[in-house]
Amino acid sequence: MPKLTINGQEVEVPAGATVFQACELAGFEVPHFCFHPRLNIAGNCRMCLVEIEKAPKPVASCAMPAAEGMVVHTNTPTVKKAQKGVLELLLINHPLDCPICDQGGECDLQDLTLLYGPDSSRFAENKRPVADKYLGPLISTHMTRCIHCTRCVRFINEIAGIEELGATGRGEHMEIGTWVEAAITSELSGNIIDLCPVGALNSKPYEYTARTWELRKHEGIDVMDAVGSSIRIDTRGNEVMRILPRLHEDVNEEWIADKTRFAYDGLKRRRLDKPWVKKDGKLQPATWPEAFDAIRAGLDGLKGKQIAGIVGDQVDLEAMVAFKDLMAAFESPHVDCRQDGAKLAQPRASYLFNTTIAGIEQADAILLIGTFPRHEAPLVNARIRKRYRMGGLQVGRIGCPGDLTYPVTDLGAGPPTLAELAAGKHDFGAVLEAAERPMLILGTGALARDDGGRILGLARQVAERYGMVQEAWNGFNVLHRAASRVGGLDLGLVPGKGGKDVASILQAAAKGQVKAVYLLGADEIETEALADAFVIYQGSHGDRGAHVADVILPGAAYTEKPATWVNTEGRPQRSPAAAFPPGDAKEDWKILRALSAALGHTLAYDTLAQVRARIKEVAPHLALMDRIEPAPWAAFGASGAADETPFTAPITDYYRTCPISRASATMAACVEEIVGQAEKATGTHG
Amino acid sequence: MSIAPDVTEFAFDAAHAALAEQALAKFPPERRQSAVLPLLHLAQAQHGGWLPKAALDYVADYLSMPRIRVYEVASFYDMFNTEPTAPCQIRVCTTTPCWLMGSDAIVEACERALGCRVGENSPDGRFYLREFECLGACVNAPMLWIDDDYYEDLTPEKTTALVEALQRGEKPTPGPQDARKVSMPAGGKTTLLEV
Repeated sequence: MPKLTINGQEVEVPAGATVFQACELAGFEVPHFCFHPRLNIAGNCRMCLVEIEKAPKPVASCAMPAAEGMVVHTNTPTVKKAQKGVLELLLINHPLDCPICDQGGECDLQDLTLLYGPDSSRFAENKRPVADKYLGPLISTHMTRCIHCTRCVRFINEIAGIEELGATGRGEHMEIGTWVEAAITSELSGNIIDLCPVGALNSKPYEYTARTWELRKHEGIDVMDAVGSSIRIDTRGNEVMRILPRLHEDVNEEWIADKTRFAYDGLKRRRLDKPWVKKDGKLQPATWPEAFDAIRAGLDGLKGKQIAGIVGDQVDLEAMVAFKDLMAAFESPHVDCRQDGAKLAQPRASYLFNTTIAGIEQADAILLIGTFPRHEAPLVNARIRKRYRMGGLQVGRIGCPGDLTYPVTDLGAGPPTLAELAAGKHDFGAVLEAAERPMLILGTGALARDDGGRILGLARQVAERYGMVQEAWNGFNVLHRAASRVGGLDLGLVPGKGGKDVASILQAAAKGQVKAVYLLGADEIETEALADAFVIYQGSHGDRGAHVADVILPGAAYTEKPATWVNTEGRPQRSPAAAFPPGDAKEDWKILRALSAALGHTLAYDTLAQVRARIKEVAPHLALMDRIEPAPWAAFGASGAADETPFTAPITDYYRTCPISRASATMAACVEEIVGQAEKATGTHG
Repeated sequence: MSIAPDVTEFAFDAAHAALAEQALAKFPPERRQSAVLPLLHLAQAQHGGWLPKAALDYVADYLSMPRIRVYEVASFYDMFNTEPTAPCQIRVCTTTPCWLMGSDAIVEACERALGCRVGENSPDGRFYLREFECLGACVNAPMLWIDDDYYEDLTPEKTTALVEALQRGEKPTPGPQDARKVSMPAGGKTTLLEV
């Protein structure tokens, strides 16, 4: 623990800390561009120069290890002169286009120039122009503004793990880019926009649409996957202008995935903004009372067993608890929130990501079963890569081949390999045996099969055999894809006694045994089976579910309602309403409450607080925000041999997985340019 | 600084593949990437003086390294041409010592003899003329570098003769073009006379 003196103040820092970190710890700000705590040190912007006694010249503090007895000054005339000089040099080639630059108002270079820079430039020659680069449909470039801090290059190489970005040319001619004008293929590429300390890398969809100071900022939660990333929703008026990450060390650190960041234009397209009722075989606009009348008529005389409810992937807890109560009022046992058909139910430990996302950093061996985390949860994948970069991690995988950005041992294709492991007959068993904190990640793709229950059982056997479940360590994890799934399971939205699951509901509806189906935002099902049933669709987008509906009730999307979501770890998180739903659309629990009154089954709550009290009643652990209630271990899963069919990845198209992302033009462009480019590359090999 | 798209395929021929393996043998197997410079030189030699994207990709795949890392190397070093050039490269050193010794006149002599300007191919498509930063032969300034050889102690007349010889298909003797031997003092020894 070296002790230093910084500006006359003594400070003790952990071994291995840099002078820069020591200055920050002591409370002195050191201006910087290239340094970023989560990236390797580059030391190339020279902005963090400080004076260290006995050193002959100012030292770049970010790259200088703190040593015992150093005497550092951050505010001497020499340091100020050095900072001024560095900024003058950086500004030599930087254009003065702040008034039209998207970064204006949130630009490090602008801020630091104001605080530390010279008041004028002595450079009278021409500035260096640099051609803009093509980096794909998400990132726009203004390379003349680049100050070569290489944060973007380091992020893409180190954290995203896709080596596609680099610095080509040399000295005065150095340029950042892919050199071959190809789109960056990482699912985390948008983060380099945030990392860029200047306006060189901007968001293409957001470009020139707003100035930062016009935006209202809302601290929300993402629902594009089950990670529950912390996001900031920036709105102007009633329009979501952009989505940025918020810091949450235990979930998304400070990154978000591209779908989270860029799918928001889907919130403005294909929206359901008024109720629709099918009249004469055709959907026609209606009022709320007309829609409720149509539902009353459609459900008239039906018994509880003839009504079924399916909950979709992006439904909030408030709506789900109201839906549960409404279905109970109908006396229908056929309720299911497992839209994909995953064979998951109680106990809670069997469907949570028990290790927690931050817990991945403690694991020393990981077994991936039927999952491709890079698409299912890019930030979980980034966490595994982070753990891999710390060293000493072994990753084995069953099924779902493909580049995960870290080395993986492929063990086999399907359940037989899992059974071998469970029986202790596979070589990788030795690795798990030797590991102190082994973990497995079970994909929902592996569970959404007929033999899903048996696969769950096999996975439990593997977890128990290799000591994955210990005191203070639970290495059994299910990686969900849907933001509503864990919440739905926690609230018990699974078939009741004699109830049918999603597949059986669809079968029964096709046979006419189930006559009415209520789809609460459920779009990822085989909707053809519902052709003959009376279908109520409640949701935000005119997607698959709405196409078969007899009555459509327009709901709010995730940015438009105060709502609670539970991520794959079982962490409840709350998000505010950042905008109003379009047209006549309403918050989902309010629709269900109003409908219940119209049908004579009035639900017992009138305010959001009362709904949340009801959630607490059903699942007390969901009342404490951002707190994970550990789930006790118990027996679960079916026994017996599973089929031999190999595991397949449930997501084939990362950019379009939900109604919002399917409505997004940006995501469609990603499919065309990024996925299309990859396919072309495979076809002609380069 | 860009890439020429017109070449779609590249692979080492047998002779160059053997040389590549020789270069690789100098490094431990887990450090294959260290051979990127010799391999790029081989690829450039085989491809007639410049490297198309296909060659860079081939070298990257050959060494199992990310392509962008090879692009970075190839674009960093002046010795690698990433745009089409004529096969015979004439590079005149114009850094300060050579410039003081009259490299401007050497460049001019080359331009006149080849009929093209610096940075261009000659009209017959055989020669590529360019300026180069210090080639480390200052003691024999002014000098130029043609393919694998240095030609030193030049005058405009000797340069013209040199280029004309090349145009006739001859191979002039490399090294100092005046009487002195390598970089020994021009007028004979001036120090250490009694040793």
